Amino acid sequence: MRKLALSDEILLQIDKPARYIGGEVNTVMKDPAKVDIRFAMCFPDVYEIGMSHLGIQILYDMFNRHENIWCERVYSPWTDLDKIMRSRHIPLFALESQDPVREFDFLGITIQYEMCYTNILQVLDLSEIPLYSSDRTEEDPIVIGGGPCTYNPEPLADFFDLFYIGEGETAYDQLMKHYIDNKKRGGSRQDFLALAATVPGIYVPSFYETEYNEDGTIRRFYPTHPNAKPTVRKEILMNMGDPDICYPEKPVVPFIKVTQDRVVLEIQRGCTRGCRFCQAGMVYRPVRERDLEFLKDKAYKMLKNTGHEEISLSSLSSSDFTHLEELVTFLIEEFHGKGINISLPSLRIDAFSLDVMKKIQDVRKSSLTFAPEAGTQRLRDVINKGLTEEVILNGAAQAFKGGWNKVKLYFMLGLPTETEEDMEGIAVLANEVARTYFDTIPREERKGQRVQVTASSSFFIPKPFTPLQWAPMFEKEEYLHRARIVNRKFKEQLNHKSLKYQWHEADVTVLEGVFARGDRRTARVLLRAYELGCLYDSWSETFDNEKWMQAFADCGMDYHFYTTRERSLDEIFPWDFIDTGVTKDFLKREWKNAMEGKVTPNCHERCSGCGAKSFGGGVCFEAAN
Amino acid sequence: MKLRIKFSKKEYMKFIGHLDLMRFFQKAIRRADIDIAYSTGYSPHQVMSFAAPLGVGLTSDGEYLDIEVNSADSSEAMKRRLNAALLTHGIEVVSVRRIPDPGFDAQGNALKDRSAMAMVAGADYDLVFKEGHEPKDWDGFCDAFDAFCALEQITVLKATKKSSLTADIRPMIKSCRLDRKSRVITMSLSTGSSANLKPELVMEAFYKGIGSDWDPAVESYQYSMQINRRETYALGENGEWIALEALGEVIE
Repeated sequence: MRKLALSDEILLQIDKPARYIGGEVNTVMKDPAKVDIRFAMCFPDVYEIGMSHLGIQILYDMFNRHENIWCERVYSPWTDLDKIMRSRHIPLFALESQDPVREFDFLGITIQYEMCYTNILQVLDLSEIPLYSSDRTEEDPIVIGGGPCTYNPEPLADFFDLFYIGEGETAYDQLMKHYIDNKKRGGSRQDFLALAATVPGIYVPSFYETEYNEDGTIRRFYPTHPNAKPTVRKEILMNMGDPDICYPEKPVVPFIKVTQDRVVLEIQRGCTRGCRFCQAGMVYRPVRERDLEFLKDKAYKMLKNTGHEEISLSSLSSSDFTHLEELVTFLIEEFHGKGINISLPSLRIDAFSLDVMKKIQDVRKSSLTFAPEAGTQRLRDVINKGLTEEVILNGAAQAFKGGWNKVKLYFMLGLPTETEEDMEGIAVLANEVARTYFDTIPREERKGQRVQVTASSSFFIPKPFTPLQWAPMFEKEEYLHRARIVNRKFKEQLNHKSLKYQWHEADVTVLEGVFARGDRRTARVLLRAYELGCLYDSWSETFDNEKWMQAFADCGMDYHFYTTRERSLDEIFPWDFIDTGVTKDFLKREWKNAMEGKVTPNCHERCSGCGAKSFGGGVCFEAAN
Repeated sequence: MKLRIKFSKKEYMKFIGHLDLMRFFQKAIRRADIDIAYSTGYSPHQVMSFAAPLGVGLTSDGEYLDIEVNSADSSEAMKRRLNAALLTHGIEVVSVRRIPDPGFDAQGNALKDRSAMAMVAGADYDLVFKEGHEPKDWDGFCDAFDAFCALEQITVLKATKKSSLTADIRPMIKSCRLDRKSRVITMSLSTGSSANLKPELVMEAFYKGIGSDWDPAVESYQYSMQINRRETYALGENGEWIALEALGEVIE
């Protein structure tokens, strides 16, 4: 019988004990004495969030297929258990074996968003691993970070031994081999890091130095170790269409309800649209599709092995998947009649998708989503979001005829070149959608239903490796001021009774902006904030802006350097040492196009020479081009 | 056709609450390819109901789940398929039996099908002190507990939203005894929608009354004792307790 790390007494006192007991359906159990490497895979947020992440399921499956590696999972303990673990000195443990994380060879942390950074420190702290990598000894696990935030790893550079930049399916074999060989030879931790630096995609932060100019910008960033590469090129899985590549067939099934409680089928990676604000669209280039028969096979197997009652397709822009129609038809015919729900997010609204959604959704209850992102065509052209008002209103009209009466619209405020006309355009557009309902559906057919148009806006945060990475952010007060302008305009609309407008928090926006484009000096603020008690910053109930402001003050740092400061075109960014395939020249061209409001076509229409062609595959080499 | 599944819930599965247990079985039934019936309407769900929810922290050898199926294999085959599909330690299917149709009354009218939950009348519980939590003066404790079991009236305070009421829980205790040698307390208590007495409440009544000298001073008596439900019962024709399993028939 597996012994739990936490006593009955503790488990019965805290919220949702099932978060910490492991033993879920499809977990992998191995004998620790029989493996060469123990890998603790961590998502630094609470169980329900971490278990919804597809990436960990893919890596968990990938590692465990190796007989000599045992990969287990670890998540952030919730605040109630965190207190108990600290007061009773209970070390953080992995779920499968319930063994302390500090006994593992590797602690891998996936870094998905900036507001989880204090949780990363919590995981290290509770695992009793020294927070600074320079303090770690031969006994401590190697701490490696992966995921989208590694495209600017610098704020976390002092806390990680290694970063894996890019897609995780490719370089781990090499890295693990070095680890095992080094151990056999009796090599040290430093010896291993030196070997790791030679593996493609691996960045060893301690092997680099930064020099700053008087004005605080970077003068030089350079390797100080012979093995350290001056440029680290991202790893990318180029044979994604290969019918033989691995993909989990038995994903772990949680006991408790988690945010994504369904089978997730990744149909492709990357996106052709080139929206200028979108980091994922840039760093996952070029677009690569999976094989259709492969997807059908995995869908069957995953549903059979989990018993889930819902399956969902995952990609940045599902409507652009070549075989979408065939795949969706297959899913509906095979599974819909058997009580299995099909969920299709990220679909463009057109005749096909409406037809499909009518079959699988209750139109009376579900809503249709559009993401115009900006209120006027002029601003949409600036950000290269090719969604016109005509397309939106036509789509809405078709949807209303099909029985829908709820529409969601997503926007951003704080985009570069934004004017009051653009802000007010959000309300005007929402009103047009409502008007379309009344124009399309005659009074007799409305059955007493109103149309509900809900618009929401977040505040734009410039991200590394996007054309808008040079854009300045605004003060928190300015963001709220803009939201109020929009809100006022909503109230003036003719159909205001059918409209609703919500806007996001501005506090968190500012912090996210600091770390998104931060450098190594922001690490001090992060640590100070953690020491002051900041944790679960992406949760509104625990986020404490005052503590963060205190942290900045204590460190004598002004966050405006990272947020509102204007960047010049020749500034060296902390993340410039990374090569994502997309060149900085392309980004500069796109930034110029943005300022001129010029649209760039998508990859299927015409190649714009972003540089991703250098990977030798994907959409760059399709017949269409 | 209605099937009754008897299962045990042990080890770390005791931390899974009732709603999560339902969802666990929904998925397990899908994995096992059981031909379960779905309700009609806009959001079809599996036709299943549990007999008596078990509190978090308790283990059990006698839990019940009724499902409606369109077709069934033999009891043995379905039990095997379900157990192979559970994929977790701590839950085990003990038996799968067919619940016969309720039939007709004297006038020839079809009798209404009673749900397992509506039929539950009582349950047996074993209570054992967890390691390190046993009272040091074992004999003294046993004397006090024996005296408690012999009481004809046991009054507890039940706090409601507006006031507190006193209630006599003795009539809901069918039997209660402590075996000094094996160190197990056994209770048979009324359970179900009409009268429900939790074993924790019985222990609380003991510690607040006769047993105040042995009060472990913990908020939940689950911390000091492991409580196991041994069996769940319905009321028979003559007022006797019948195990829910006995009401079903084996499918060959």
